[in-house]
Amino acid sequence: MLVLGISAFYHDSAAAIVRDGHIVAAAQEERFTRKKHDPGFPASAVSYCLAVAGANANDLGAVVFYEKPFLKFERLLETYLAFAPRGFASFRKAMPLWISEKLFQRDLLLHELEAIAPGLGDNAKLRFCEHHYSHAASAYYPSPFQSALVLTMDGVGEWATASAAAGQGNELKIFKEIHFPHSLGLLYSAFTYYTGFKVNSGEYKVMGLAPYGEPKYAKAIFDNLIDVKPDGSFKLNLDYFSFCTGLTMVDERFGAIFGGAARKPSEPLQQRHMDLAASVQAVTEEVVLRMTRSLAAETNLRNLCLAGGVALNCVANGKVLRDGRFDQIFVQPAAGDAGGALGAALAAYYDKERAKGGKRVTDTPDSMQGAFLGPSYTQPEIETRLGAIGAVFKCADDKELIDETANALASGQAVGWHQGRMEFGPRALGNRSILADPRSPTMQKALNLKVKYRESFRPFAPSVLRERVADWFELDADSPYMLLVADVKPARRLAMTAKEKQLFGIEKLNVLRSKIPAVTHIDYSARIQTVHAETNPRFRALISGFEQLTGCPVLVNTSFNVRGEPIVCTPEDAFSCFMGTEIDFLAIGNCILRKNQQNPALAKDHKSAFDPD
Amino acid sequence: MSVLTELAEFLLTRKKLWLIPLLAVFLLFGGLFVLSQGSAVAPFIYTLF
Repeated sequence: MLVLGISAFYHDSAAAIVRDGHIVAAAQEERFTRKKHDPGFPASAVSYCLAVAGANANDLGAVVFYEKPFLKFERLLETYLAFAPRGFASFRKAMPLWISEKLFQRDLLLHELEAIAPGLGDNAKLRFCEHHYSHAASAYYPSPFQSALVLTMDGVGEWATASAAAGQGNELKIFKEIHFPHSLGLLYSAFTYYTGFKVNSGEYKVMGLAPYGEPKYAKAIFDNLIDVKPDGSFKLNLDYFSFCTGLTMVDERFGAIFGGAARKPSEPLQQRHMDLAASVQAVTEEVVLRMTRSLAAETNLRNLCLAGGVALNCVANGKVLRDGRFDQIFVQPAAGDAGGALGAALAAYYDKERAKGGKRVTDTPDSMQGAFLGPSYTQPEIETRLGAIGAVFKCADDKELIDETANALASGQAVGWHQGRMEFGPRALGNRSILADPRSPTMQKALNLKVKYRESFRPFAPSVLRERVADWFELDADSPYMLLVADVKPARRLAMTAKEKQLFGIEKLNVLRSKIPAVTHIDYSARIQTVHAETNPRFRALISGFEQLTGCPVLVNTSFNVRGEPIVCTPEDAFSCFMGTEIDFLAIGNCILRKNQQNPALAKDHKSAFDPD
Repeated sequence: MSVLTELAEFLLTRKKLWLIPLLAVFLLFGGLFVLSQGSAVAPFIYTLF
């Protein structure tokens, strides 16, 4: 049976298609429309999924939306009632949209689907799946486990903000939930807002900023904002949050605890903001650890699956792994709402299979195929497209491609690497990546300021050969989706001088922490991607080639985009980003492009083409 | 009308028929806002959409 899953109308719209339990394709709409976190109906992503599956409307067994709009509306009504008359301003903003659009989501979906292909908007085939069940299904069904605890945490779905489910064979049942307004995701988002970053996209920055600070405010958070029980269940103290009734996350009472008003995005970061980031990170880790410890003891399950926006907190994930309550952890690479499209499709498929007594489909190491589920381009197609836009390129055979790219990396060049199928989820995993030499002491700053055009404090992640990960990092497990953080091995670290130890906050940025400084955060941590021959042989060959030249089996791997831009999808997107930044060398398929050979007239102002995130 | 039927069925299933009067008031006010604003474009509010 073929099932199409859709997530849309909030942020990060996406589509995914599943055939008999196997994932055929999945992509986020933003990659096609070039609008970051595009919330619109994912028409391009749906068309792409249908094309890859070679399917038309008649072939589909079901189309599944990733949440239940009426349940969400019920939550809204009850929230307004509970807080009336305080939420009037928010009500006034929200109701017109609900009444004119969101209550009619079934009609809207049918209309949009019908516009893609006649017959696709079939009311009899349209299903709705609960938000957290979609997340749970996206984590459990693609995992390699036959039984697992599944924990989902995010801002809010319909009512649930966190859920615990048990997966056994093709059964998946939620047995515990925490409900709105008590939300770990919203607590984190409140600090994201308060420290001057954008909610729903700046959470990564808070996590990246945390190691520059001390968790000085953790006690104040526990004392005032959140009451956490030993089993990890919690309640927020709503006196300090305004997201139930207002148009912001927090108000002045929140600021009174933490020493002032929220930082405006244009204001400079101070030590206080770093301490706040460290504090909310510490609180999040404590809550997650209490939850996982308690659930491990309660269920005796030895495998853990994670999804939901909070599961993208790879620092917390790393701590859960090291805590040792679970033998193995699988984190859905598209843990945010985009992954809900995939989960909804899988949930509907297994719902039918259970009735028929069908079996669970599993794969090794998992069923996500390295998250390479997006569009790809054939070599002739790449050549035609590059020729049409005036790019100067040469075609290389596989060996030449690897040798020349590895040489470019070893000589300190920033390399654009566009290969095979695009990744599904927020991370570039070696098919739409900017790569660089991690040994360079200046690379982190250079990449942030001259290539990515983003804040200088933000760390970069290492991609390392799976068989060499334990030689360089304190980790000996698969982390193919860059969702586990571990420290650089002590033997690879560089000792700090007495003077360097005196430095505070952002001053620490310039201190070299290891032999691979470009991917070593200031607390020696690294967000690791292990690279596997089974899922990405070409990327693996490139890292091996780099190791032969340098002795280092690690590369800097960051997404192929600039600040505010969705990760590149097509060869044209890649060329445009290459020409608009200080990337020196670009490999698209077997085509090699060097910056100094291009027509400078083709360079456009790429940096200001996108709103900063 | 199909939306109203669906909503009624939903509230019945959820055993939340007590929400109907509230829903009627909200729809009335909301409808007025739609008419007065002429547009359903609202800014992004964190938890509402």
